[in-house]
Amino acid sequence: MELLSWGEIAIRSVTQLTPVWVALIITFFVSIRYKRSLGLYGKLFDSTVGMIGFALVMFWVYTGLFSTMFDLIATHDPLSQVSGMKNKVPGTPLRGAESGDYPYYLWGGDNLARDVFSRVMIGSGIVVMIAPLATLFAFMVGITLGLPAGYYGGRLDLVLSFLANLILAFPVILLFYLLVTPEIRMTGMPQYMAVVLFSFPLIFFGVLINSRYYIDPMKRNILMVVILGVLGWLYLSLINEANSKVTLFNAIDGFDVDAGLLTVFVSVVFVNSPTVFRIVRGLAMDIKTRDYVAAAQTRGEGTWYIMLWEILPNARGPLIVDFCLRIGYTTILLGTLGFFGLGLESESPNWGATINEGRKLLSIYPHPALPPAIALLSLVLGLNLLADGLREESLKD
Amino acid sequence: MLLFILRRFAVMVFTALCLTFIVFFMTNLYPNLEKLAKSEGNFRMDDAAVASFLDNRGYLDPLPIKYGRWLGVLPGYVIEGSDGKTRGQCFERGTDGKGAPRFCGVLQGNWGFSTVFKDNVGSIVATRLSLTGVLMFWVMVLMIPTALVLGVVAGMREGSRTDRTLSTVAITTTATPEYVSGVIFIAVFSSSAFGLKWFKGSAATAMENPTFENFFLPVVTIALYGMGYIARMTRASMAEVMTAQYIRTARLKGVSFGNIVMKHALRNALIAPFTVIMLQFPWLLNGVVIVETLFNYKGFGWVLVQAAGNNDIELLLAVSVVSVVVVLVTQLISDIGYVYLNPRISVN
Repeated sequence: MELLSWGEIAIRSVTQLTPVWVALIITFFVSIRYKRSLGLYGKLFDSTVGMIGFALVMFWVYTGLFSTMFDLIATHDPLSQVSGMKNKVPGTPLRGAESGDYPYYLWGGDNLARDVFSRVMIGSGIVVMIAPLATLFAFMVGITLGLPAGYYGGRLDLVLSFLANLILAFPVILLFYLLVTPEIRMTGMPQYMAVVLFSFPLIFFGVLINSRYYIDPMKRNILMVVILGVLGWLYLSLINEANSKVTLFNAIDGFDVDAGLLTVFVSVVFVNSPTVFRIVRGLAMDIKTRDYVAAAQTRGEGTWYIMLWEILPNARGPLIVDFCLRIGYTTILLGTLGFFGLGLESESPNWGATINEGRKLLSIYPHPALPPAIALLSLVLGLNLLADGLREESLKD
Repeated sequence: MLLFILRRFAVMVFTALCLTFIVFFMTNLYPNLEKLAKSEGNFRMDDAAVASFLDNRGYLDPLPIKYGRWLGVLPGYVIEGSDGKTRGQCFERGTDGKGAPRFCGVLQGNWGFSTVFKDNVGSIVATRLSLTGVLMFWVMVLMIPTALVLGVVAGMREGSRTDRTLSTVAITTTATPEYVSGVIFIAVFSSSAFGLKWFKGSAATAMENPTFENFFLPVVTIALYGMGYIARMTRASMAEVMTAQYIRTARLKGVSFGNIVMKHALRNALIAPFTVIMLQFPWLLNGVVIVETLFNYKGFGWVLVQAAGNNDIELLLAVSVVSVVVVLVTQLISDIGYVYLNPRISVN
């Protein structure tokens, strides 16, 4: 078999991604059809920039979903090495291909003779799974601490702001090097941090429900038991791991998270939450002077009710925009970790690590490093454009 | 004003103390010390040998005492080791310590000894920092004027086609982290595969002899990431100023558009970007670490990676002191500068 031409590579890559295109077209068709009844999300489809951003983001979301969950897109196993395929240029036919194997390395082979195309596609699954989740946790931490700091002010604000500034004064990479090494993992540090950081969603939802429904104890108790039960079980399963420092809850441990993944997750949440804290604090300080807050205070509402059900919903615009931007920033941070070879095992096809491996032979073989670099760029760009579109549309009201 | 600076200075010292204590704590965790002992002594040491190695060098003393010694408020250790040799923190390397001072910490100007580079931390940091200084200087020279021009031109006529194009460019650069743009630049401009070979993919030779060919790519890579953000802030500030009443008055008087932008709008529009530029320094530090690793330029960021990767405790502490000072001093300058530039704000 012969080397594929660039045109053939393009056609074959596009065909390989068929499920993604179908999903994208359905999403856009449905969203544009019903955009008037979909609120802020629907308004996004009035702005070109927002639509482009949304398309880029959803492209990677669907790619990640289909390639990791349903095994549809990748042509080869991202970890298996095929002899004779080392550093081969894009479009090289697979040596010794058997029936059932995809006959080409579409985007070439890397320096360990693995398929670049499959690694990039499966790598997207890691990013679209971790980045939004880590950002969500950072928001929980930032909101739970930022609202009281902004609302009460005073000494509480002073202490929390000092701590936030302390973390922000750390160079991010130094912090990563201090947190994400195998030696630190042995001391159990990341797990203890997980115990603290992951408890914030529990606190957040507990206070959220209680402040709203304390007048109706029956309803509150049912909600509390159901939501906190599920979250609590997730929490305990997440922090607990057999043969590590936190083993108290082995009996009810539902699943195990890879230790490297947990460390990466914790440090990304840790780095992101002070910035979210500062944003929420600023918004709370601004909104607490509004009339509706004064009205709620006069009605005799509790402070947590005012913070969570009066201030927070009115701060949602800037927070949603920042959430999009922050997912992009988290993606960059995850790439940075991979770039320095920290956290996930070196085999893992995450984009940062793939870029790091590819850069060593960059001046001779640029093809293994370029696709993950461009993939990361397009996802972050998509998130930025999406945030821009959302900001524009939410300002129009 | 003086009181304000003094208070900020006190906060700065306190922050630096807290931060170095955290770094101290993390680097002195036992597994990290074990790694240090094995890389210093030999890799096949058993647990008992590691423990006695560490004990002979004062590593196993309580944390606050070790921190005090590093700081120079407690006397340095003098330990008669289990191997019969007497070691002291303040002894000159290779001497028996006659006439050695009792205190030798940061306060005495002694930043310690790097276990990776086998040299004094102070001199390592000084040389590496000056190399990074050269890099940063050119980054600033390239980044600030470009960003300001981009932002002013985009914000001059809000919503115009120029504005949309330039804003998209600005968003794209903020979405491109250094390790992505650096890799793309090297692949396109210096690889044999694309055949352009305009620049060098490594800046190793730029340390002695920076030329356009070996220094341009690292500078552009750092500048690009910071540029978009400054440009967007300038644009927002310019767009706001252009809607102000006094600009409308000037237009109605018949002042030409060029004059309005240059003489009336620009001064007020540049207040906000000044703050943003100062606050960009800490972010640039991050970019410096990535770019210096990528282009093999052995400056401050490269030292950070080496020190962190090998748990070089004293070097890491010095590196974090330097970076926290950079962060807090730029914050201070931006606050003070803001007050001077904007007469509506006062520090009290």
